[in-house]
Amino acid sequence: MAPRNTHRAFFSTGAAALALTLTACGSSGRTVAGGPGGGTLVWALTGGTETTLTSSQQAWNKANPKNAVNVQFFQNDPYKQKLRTAIGAGNGPAIFENFGGGTLKDYVDAGKVADLTPELDKDAAWKGRFFPSVLKVAEVNGKNYAIPINGVQPVVLFYNKDLFAKVGAQPPKTWDDLLALVHRFKAAGIAPLSMGGASKWPDLMWLEYLTDRVGGPQVFANIAARKPGAWSDPAVLKAATMIRQLVDAGGFAKGFQSVNADTNQAEAQLFTGKAAMDLMGSWAYPVILTNAPSFVKSGKLGWAPFPTVAGGKGAPADLVGNPANFFAVSAQASAGARTTAVNYLKKGVLNDAYIGDLIKAGEVPPVNGLEGRLASAPNSGWLTYVYGMTKSAGSFQLSWDQALSSAMGDTLLTNLDRLFGGQLSPAQFCAAMDKAAE
Amino acid sequence: MSLIAKAPGAGGRRGPSFAMAAPALALFALFALAPMAIVVYLGLTKWDGLATPAWAGAANWRTALTSGVTRHAVWLTLKFMAISWLVQTPVSLLLGVFVAGRQRYRAVLAVLYFIPLLISSAAVAIIFKNLLDPNFGLGAALHLSWLSRDWLGDPDLAFATIVFVIAWQFVPFHTLLYQAGVRQIPASLYEASAIDGAGRVAQFRYVTLPQLRYTIVTSSTLMLVGSLTYFDLVFVMTGGGPGYATRLLPLDMYITGFQSTQMGLASVVSVILVAAGLVLSLGIVRFSGFSRMRSRQAGA
Repeated sequence: MAPRNTHRAFFSTGAAALALTLTACGSSGRTVAGGPGGGTLVWALTGGTETTLTSSQQAWNKANPKNAVNVQFFQNDPYKQKLRTAIGAGNGPAIFENFGGGTLKDYVDAGKVADLTPELDKDAAWKGRFFPSVLKVAEVNGKNYAIPINGVQPVVLFYNKDLFAKVGAQPPKTWDDLLALVHRFKAAGIAPLSMGGASKWPDLMWLEYLTDRVGGPQVFANIAARKPGAWSDPAVLKAATMIRQLVDAGGFAKGFQSVNADTNQAEAQLFTGKAAMDLMGSWAYPVILTNAPSFVKSGKLGWAPFPTVAGGKGAPADLVGNPANFFAVSAQASAGARTTAVNYLKKGVLNDAYIGDLIKAGEVPPVNGLEGRLASAPNSGWLTYVYGMTKSAGSFQLSWDQALSSAMGDTLLTNLDRLFGGQLSPAQFCAAMDKAAE
Repeated sequence: MSLIAKAPGAGGRRGPSFAMAAPALALFALFALAPMAIVVYLGLTKWDGLATPAWAGAANWRTALTSGVTRHAVWLTLKFMAISWLVQTPVSLLLGVFVAGRQRYRAVLAVLYFIPLLISSAAVAIIFKNLLDPNFGLGAALHLSWLSRDWLGDPDLAFATIVFVIAWQFVPFHTLLYQAGVRQIPASLYEASAIDGAGRVAQFRYVTLPQLRYTIVTSSTLMLVGSLTYFDLVFVMTGGGPGYATRLLPLDMYITGFQSTQMGLASVVSVILVAAGLVLSLGIVRFSGFSRMRSRQAGA
């Protein structure tokens, strides 16, 4: 789980942000402007949103010199441990970046996060700014504990249009289409799907999508609620069986369990013409754009939603992935710092200028009414597609390893790895997960 | 004269006074003993790193001793230790004897050969991970089908690959030990055995090996205890995968503690590691007579 977020923070960036990431080594925080100690402390991650947050801070501090904020940036993996230690010791920042889901719930359960529901309810315009499906990710026990701060990252099926033209095929609409394509590409000597199986988390995207397409969002809701036997739901069993079916049919490129997703090798297989398709989060787009600009500009990169499953209960528009990163307010902060924090979240984050900066960096903010602005941005085809699919999604499921507690997340990834590798049968997988959830 | 006669042996050991060891002992107590005591305590609690640790009694110990994951990690570590020793010892012994020769080309080879020692484990891991990549690695680049196997994705192969890469990294170090050991052997022993009609193989068997006995003990201790702590290389190369195939105990401790945030359970695993390390080094020292070790230099 740890590597996955490094790479997300890393991927959602692009070349410019890469330079920033590289200069940000070490786990000590970096203050953007002003000395340490001045203003309300905000902890955020290096990477894609860093530039946007920096200018947001500068604008805010200029307008509110008495209630300044002090943003410090950390690299993902050291950040997670540092935050846990700092907040565990009662020494944390007033605002901290997080991913919502199960990890945020850990902090809420320990009484470390301020409830933002009353503030949001008081200000309907503020609450109405965000996509409800994204806001819901930071909801714990029906209360809002954090608000989104950057772009949505749904998982889509990327494909190589050249290779599809070569075998005369269309992107798959249904699961049966996908299986048929596997045979056609194999016959043509092309790997149907690339995947970074060594990193384990790409495996999860298949299970998440298939479970939703077969059984709808309720199946995972039961799992997250720790209902007994939730992992043995027929939908999970069927999804696991379909995964085996795809692996056994040779759907994934040879040696996929040795391929590391953190070093973009699966995407490289796609744009070098070794593999026809790649199921990956939207952060792969800037990666491919950086590594193979002509491939994208000549229109060879295609994208499509995950195929539907015949007779399945899930809506074809349902999404999985990373809805967004979030800012939460610490319950340990003083009353004054808390007021500043909430005001900053309300007026300093995801305001007009902030949204403009995000779009410039190639991100799609989960904010209503951006169609016009996205249509005039560079790479508008891609941005508009992501915006549209996110807006119309009835359910936007956060990656399961983030949505569950960290202990379950790790067990899930390892067992899933064994399912893909054939060391566990679908039934054994469900049983192992049920046992771990007890 | 009297000073020299008195120094070793007679009248019991008279080393530096205890006061001189005090600073070192204080540091050891602060940074080794105290954390160890805290870990033993944490092993008896349930703690996610956020809330206050809650007393859990022996629950973590029960979980660790009955859980398939930890038991598998223990078994894997033992297997890893044995195989690593069996692979590394003969190779470094023979190489050590070889580079101990005085010929110039051997000195050049030895220098080249020690390069892996200078590279950090993380770098070694990243280099090998890229070389072994099935799509863009060495096998694919040179079109060698036997090289483009699923080295890190197949559970059995992944374990063997890890053993190999760790051997690649650490054999030079043990070679260095053996080289030094061989160079300490008095030439007179070889001359005497040559007069008695011993060939090269017989000399190796009856002179070199017995003379290297303590070097073998030292090197084996370092190897066996060291294999309890191999973490960085495995973490970077496989992260313990595929499945649980390369999840050695230290890695299990890290993943349980910092990724699954079950600090109590991870503390139990680390107590097991400390105990295993202690038992192992004490065992080797007793079993091999290391504590009664004397110089084997002729005339000493």
